[in-house]
Amino acid sequence: MRISRRLFIRDGVATVGLGFAAPAFLHAIAQAQAVSSRRLVVVYLGGGNDALNTLVPYQDQSYYSRRPTIAVPAGQVLQVGSDASGRALGLHPRLGGLWNVFNEGRLAIVQRTGYQNSSRSHFEATDTFGTANPQSSIGSGWLGRYLDTLPRPIDSLTAWNTTGETPRALMSGKTGVPAISNASTYTFASPNRGKAATEERAAAEAMAANAAPGRPHLAFVNSTSRSAIETIDRAAKALSYQPTVAYPNNGFALALRTVAGAIVNGIGSRVYWVQTSGYDTHAQQGAGGGSYGNLMGTLGDGLGAFYNDIRNRGLIHDTTVIVFSEFGRRISENGSGGTDHGAAGLMFVLGGAVRGGLHGTAASLQPGHPTLENSSGDVRFETDFRSVYATVLDQWLGVDSVPILNGDFRSGPQIL
Amino acid sequence: MALDPDIQHLLRRAGFGAGAAENDIFARMSPGAAVAYLVDYEGRPDDVDARMGRPDHAQVVSRDLFSPDLDIDDARQRWLFRMIHTRRPLQEKMALFWHNHFATAYSKLNADSGAMQAAKMMVHKPGALRGPLGQIELFRQYGLGSFRDLVVRVAQDAAMLVWLDGKSNTAARPQENFGREVMELFTIGVGQYTESDVYAAARVFTGWNLQKSEGYRKDDPNAYQAFAYNPDEHDTGAKTFSFAVNAGGRTIPERGASAGLQDGVDLITALATHPETARRLARKFWHFFISEAHAPDPQFIDSAAAVYLQNGTEIRPVVRYVLGSPWFRDPSVQFARYSWPAEFVVRAIKEVGWQGYSLDQAKTPLANMGLLLFEPPNVGGWPQGGAWFSTGTMLARSNFASSLVAGQKAPLASSLSADGQTASGLLAAMLERISPAPFDAAPRQVLASYLLAGGAWSGNPDQLETRAAGLARLLVGSAEYQLV
Repeated sequence: MRISRRLFIRDGVATVGLGFAAPAFLHAIAQAQAVSSRRLVVVYLGGGNDALNTLVPYQDQSYYSRRPTIAVPAGQVLQVGSDASGRALGLHPRLGGLWNVFNEGRLAIVQRTGYQNSSRSHFEATDTFGTANPQSSIGSGWLGRYLDTLPRPIDSLTAWNTTGETPRALMSGKTGVPAISNASTYTFASPNRGKAATEERAAAEAMAANAAPGRPHLAFVNSTSRSAIETIDRAAKALSYQPTVAYPNNGFALALRTVAGAIVNGIGSRVYWVQTSGYDTHAQQGAGGGSYGNLMGTLGDGLGAFYNDIRNRGLIHDTTVIVFSEFGRRISENGSGGTDHGAAGLMFVLGGAVRGGLHGTAASLQPGHPTLENSSGDVRFETDFRSVYATVLDQWLGVDSVPILNGDFRSGPQIL
Repeated sequence: MALDPDIQHLLRRAGFGAGAAENDIFARMSPGAAVAYLVDYEGRPDDVDARMGRPDHAQVVSRDLFSPDLDIDDARQRWLFRMIHTRRPLQEKMALFWHNHFATAYSKLNADSGAMQAAKMMVHKPGALRGPLGQIELFRQYGLGSFRDLVVRVAQDAAMLVWLDGKSNTAARPQENFGREVMELFTIGVGQYTESDVYAAARVFTGWNLQKSEGYRKDDPNAYQAFAYNPDEHDTGAKTFSFAVNAGGRTIPERGASAGLQDGVDLITALATHPETARRLARKFWHFFISEAHAPDPQFIDSAAAVYLQNGTEIRPVVRYVLGSPWFRDPSVQFARYSWPAEFVVRAIKEVGWQGYSLDQAKTPLANMGLLLFEPPNVGGWPQGGAWFSTGTMLARSNFASSLVAGQKAPLASSLSADGQTASGLLAAMLERISPAPFDAAPRQVLASYLLAGGAWSGNPDQLETRAAGLARLLVGSAEYQLV
């Protein structure tokens, strides 16, 4: 039996990372190494992305018969050719920003990603993608375990989470990850001015230095506090970044702009976490437009701006982005003009070193076809999501994926 | 005189901490009497809303007419006001608990029905306007009643019917959203049901839809949407589950459409009285009321679950049991919980002061701390425990301390003028007023040094005002203060 999500968050507290440690001299080293070092940006689409409307099998008649009101019309898709099984595919019409990257040969689309007995629970499935262990959605995350392999002492901005909450994937035994999303509050404010204010910041930092032996919860908050105060000044540089392109004015794009600022300013972070939500489209999701169209617009325009900005800076060859969601959705639309929780999804990988193109094969949506499961209600997975992680770990971040993933998943698609 | 530590502990957990009002009420009460006082709150007047606008209370402000039943930002202020000034702290605490348990987000309601109707579905308190109770008001009115009845009310709540799409759940095309979450999140929990149970549950709730009031216009304050059972849209066939749903077994029998509403009531009754629901609620109460530093004691879970089941899913006896239990009274669980941002903000306001403080100022800080009321991140509610804390959310807490204190410099200094004649007197008085977990020697020394960092203590008005404010900011922004 699995434990409820809240419980694993609580029980995970001990693993949430008591290891913020960063002597000041390390900042200089990190900066010196930053320009040449590779970095990974992980984008999570929260809620379970409807992969069949992201990458549309626009010649599959069952796609249209099973989605009478939400299928994307064939004439609207952004064609990306046919996959190895000969199925013609097209991106959602609002993914123009990603289509451009595809046409430059730098967007890999990995079809039918997932795992055996896919969970249809948001929380369990999200945690499974985080732990990279379908047998257990508790404990540390795959990125946290990667961070734990890096030599100590470790710079406190080795990873950068642009959301408020630490995701499962970044939870680790010994590496804390700062959460830096909002420039206006990532400061240390004081009710006084001048010397007293400076003294308050110094006092707060000194109080947070208490390792609080025997009081692990207090120690955890203190370490968070210490890391916060210590990263304020460097984070401010990234947060005031002036990009080379206009980013859309939404939270997702602004987070990507912050990541670009950190990259361009040589902060030295190796892993960035970005997420955008609203993908739990049970109702009125629309076809080419509508609410799902808006989600696609946010995704494509944001990633497109980020890609162009980093490319303009000459840093795209050191940057890889992966995009995932916790599950795909049902093939047939429901009575609310939406889709319920399903199984296999898709992953995107983009960047200057990526081997673009269509990887894996699309399902046939005709009932009874072996690419389906759950009485033909859902798409069956073909590529284990961990094989994408393995490629990123082995070939991009340069570590051995086997101990991090607790298994050998190195035979995945050739995306890098 | 500070309250007895056991009473302070009780007020932090079953309420929002102790301000001046609680210090008066609880000064001579035994812990047992205090539990009864809090749990049997119907004996206390529910007069808090009528005190909005009084100059000696925290302030509520609005761009135009203050409309806490129709405007979500006004409703946020009303709820904070209630948390600060209520004579029934446990009522608001349970409302917050259930808001997280049945986590429903205003933004989806807004996209569906517009801002006014969305706010009304979330927070309407019947009085001047027509329409059913808002969802939060359900929690306030029935939060200590039968859990089974509460789930039925929630399943028929307009906000929930929009949030989990029940309003479009029809026989021809069942909608799985509510059917799944009522099992996974509201009752038995993941691992206790199968995928085919999800399909069956979706069919059970077909026809549980919404009806608009006559002449409905979304910008009409008296318009509303309310639950309506639509027999034409109900799937009348039998539904079979992997667990018992009635005395006869695992199947809800075929029923005529006119009687089909009973399907949902039967399923909810089965779920609410399921032993795993009892245990799951017991675990949640352990973490909410007792400790996040200690794993739930199996003996506690068994006992609390038994109280729940023996009392026909009534919550009041369970909460009374929890707050009176030896686990709750164990000194090691004091400050063994991470405060939720709303608990932190309200306790800070109660302890630091609210003179001229407008509660709309708390909205953005709360959002930055990760808890915007009426806007949980998803149907699972807010991630809790250590998950409340990241560098960004910790700075948001610390900076809230600064902005709150900045507005209270003069009243703080004047109330501390006697104790502030010496630096040590100021520190002692402030630690009695603001109640962090005990400081180890090193941080306590940092606080003492901070008071003298500007030079020897003279206690002159400038020095007192500056250092009292700085000290309050350091205390409220400390790690110790984040624990409750």
